[in-house]
Amino acid sequence: MKLAHDVIIVGAGMAGLRAAVELAGAVDLAVVSKVFPTRCHSGAAQGGITAALGNEEEDRWEWHMFDTVKGGDFLGDQDAIETMVRDAPRAIVELEHMGVPFSRNARGKIAQRAFGGHTRDFGKAPVKRACYASDRTGRVIVDTLFEQCMRAGVRFYSECHLVDLLFQEGRCVGVVLLEFSTGEIHTIGSRAVLLATGGCGRLFKTTSNCFGNTGDALSIAFRRGIPLEDMEFIQFHPTGIRGLGILISEAARGEGGVLRNRSGERFMERYAPAIKDLAPRDIVSRAILREVQEGRGIEGEDYVHLDLTGIGPDRIRERLWEIASLARIYAGVDPAHEPIPVQPTCHYMMGGIPTDMDGRVVGDPSGRVVPGLFAAGECACVSVHGANRLGCNSLLDLVVFGRRAGKAMMAWIRDGAPPSSEEMGDRAWAESRVEALLRARGREKVPLIREELQQAMMDHCSVFRHQAGLAKARDKVLELKARFRDIGISVRERRFNMELVEAMELGHLLDLAEVVVESALSRKESRGAHYREDYPTRNDPDCLAHTLALREGERVRITAKPVAITRFQPVERTY
Amino acid sequence: MHGPTPLERRSSIRGRARGEGREMLVTFKVFRFDPQRDGAPRFQEYSVEVKPSDKILDCLNRIRWEQDPSLSFRMSCAHGICGSDAMRINGVCAIACQRLVRDYGEGPITIEPLPNFRVLKDLMVDLESFFERYRKIRPFLLAPDPPPETERLQLPEERALFDEAVRCILCACCTAACPVTEENGAFLGPAALLRGYRYLFDSRDQASAERISLLDHPDAVWGCKGHGKCTEVCPKEIDVRKWLGRIKKRVHDAKKGGQRVLPEEGGSK
Repeated sequence: MKLAHDVIIVGAGMAGLRAAVELAGAVDLAVVSKVFPTRCHSGAAQGGITAALGNEEEDRWEWHMFDTVKGGDFLGDQDAIETMVRDAPRAIVELEHMGVPFSRNARGKIAQRAFGGHTRDFGKAPVKRACYASDRTGRVIVDTLFEQCMRAGVRFYSECHLVDLLFQEGRCVGVVLLEFSTGEIHTIGSRAVLLATGGCGRLFKTTSNCFGNTGDALSIAFRRGIPLEDMEFIQFHPTGIRGLGILISEAARGEGGVLRNRSGERFMERYAPAIKDLAPRDIVSRAILREVQEGRGIEGEDYVHLDLTGIGPDRIRERLWEIASLARIYAGVDPAHEPIPVQPTCHYMMGGIPTDMDGRVVGDPSGRVVPGLFAAGECACVSVHGANRLGCNSLLDLVVFGRRAGKAMMAWIRDGAPPSSEEMGDRAWAESRVEALLRARGREKVPLIREELQQAMMDHCSVFRHQAGLAKARDKVLELKARFRDIGISVRERRFNMELVEAMELGHLLDLAEVVVESALSRKESRGAHYREDYPTRNDPDCLAHTLALREGERVRITAKPVAITRFQPVERTY
Repeated sequence: MHGPTPLERRSSIRGRARGEGREMLVTFKVFRFDPQRDGAPRFQEYSVEVKPSDKILDCLNRIRWEQDPSLSFRMSCAHGICGSDAMRINGVCAIACQRLVRDYGEGPITIEPLPNFRVLKDLMVDLESFFERYRKIRPFLLAPDPPPETERLQLPEERALFDEAVRCILCACCTAACPVTEENGAFLGPAALLRGYRYLFDSRDQASAERISLLDHPDAVWGCKGHGKCTEVCPKEIDVRKWLGRIKKRVHDAKKGGQRVLPEEGGSK
């Protein structure tokens, strides 16, 4: 392993790979990933990627912008949203030119379909805006970007875990990694680091997220004094397979699927009369749980039905092959003929490491940029998704801001960023951390603490929240953090040590759980995905601001950051 | 009407997730080997309390979390899209998150690493050779003409030619199960060749001649003897043998000026 590069990208999902494509061949670049690149979680994205291409019907970027602002309950920064949606058509065409096998319409253009919260003419009716490749859109884009990287000879360090970020005089100068196959610690000096490690859905018991989504870079940045923005906003996708959390894409409803309660009623007509089943995810998730609470779940239980029987077997085979396969394997139903049992599943973090529109990490409430440190994708908060992300806007975020971060890193290096050196920064903390875990012989076990954490977050910090429950969650997280200090690791071998890696990941999850709960406690209103039963309405005069969580000793301090409002003033959010 | 898919034939899909709260004790015989420490591989037995609807991957995690944290394997998405957890389950290559306990009756269930690859530790194999062969197939669009300002056009029927091939998740089950790969390490193998098919039959690609000469080799498409193990094990139900047969026909036609037509399926068996 070479120990200094110009740029290190941590995370080989769609944001990291898109940034890598931008830099390949121009700088000395390495991409670090905890899994092999094509195993990233961006590949699990099913439904599509949005752009107002207008291939199926009239569409405009202004409508896309309005939907994104309203979908995010007016918390998104409108300058960033405008940048994203105006760049969207170019970004999609660029992906097509790279070779992404998008599905096509009869004229041979990229096919588009309806998706939740995406409308024409500022909310009048659903619009076909999601470009897709059947229901494996994320996977084919990841494969294409990886193949572009392969073609350009990009160097990958696979199965390496980020342990720490290195700083010198406030500038990020590299990373410390744990190599899984050897258990060795490596320091890599760099002139720029891009954090693109994705979200932390593993905070919750029921999630669509992969095992690796433990928020490693978020927790490490936070420990290093960087604030985390809007961490209370966690999206629960309405349609996870019951009991498993495996995602059934919103594309199922975009293609005509409907949600039904125990009496067969299409209940979304009551909650969102204009766009019904294509309402944004926060609204649909709450509607499902309201139906359940009021006894209208299927057989009175904790789930509803997603009914795709009206779509037709051929169309399902052509456009929804993956989810039909998931339904057959994991739920035992053939969705062409029977409904799929579904309930909400933790899916996406709207918050993250604050950045400007070029991926530069913003280090404090004053807006100071951290030299040499960049972030993009789900671990970053630009913020384009505000309090609730619309479906198919995430992949757009990844390719638009992944590219912009790549360009910004190029400029940072071209404009004279100091050279990289393996001698810089202090790896002592990271080394002592790993050594301490390898020697840890305490009484507590990783799986048990993790299970209790995920259950507590599920019980008190998911779709419906209130003061008393959040306070319980805080107590529980603090208790678990204390117990984690008495952890025991029984595997002493350094090589291929999954127990060690999971202990590190649990440490990250515990730190982030505290930030999420404190952020949720601080926001005394309901907005987007953050719903407080004790404060059931939005409160713009007091709360229309981003939450910034900062580490202060062993405590979390909460402060605010203004929202950029340019074109659309907040109005009541109904559909 | 469509008959049962290969995956449906292989597993008892109907009736899952119904009345399956019942726990049962199943024996797992798991391949263990640390080449740096052990002289030879061994099988270790674990008894696990499981439900018929549990994924095999869940069971391996239960073993690791409750009985033996020293077991090593790969996993990521846990629902059949990332391709990390390919292994051999009761002798058949599969991804462990897509197979359920009930697919194997009362057990015992034998878990081994993918064959045809060097074992790194336990169920983890070295896939470097797999990705090296994938790289050799030039898996990216070769289209030197400057593209239009908007997207290139591609009709649905043109796109449909390679639709099934883009389902591939590079899990390596097919290559591990391939009898030709077992005998000839230089053979590109089904996964790489399928990716070759995907680009050869993409109407946007402009390098057919180059691709055909790359594929026209005893270690490329002519290495395939049509055994069809690839098709049998593919977790994404891709008929790999069929698409490799299409490559053979295309290569053959290109060389003979399209005069002769080979049978579509299987090829030169």
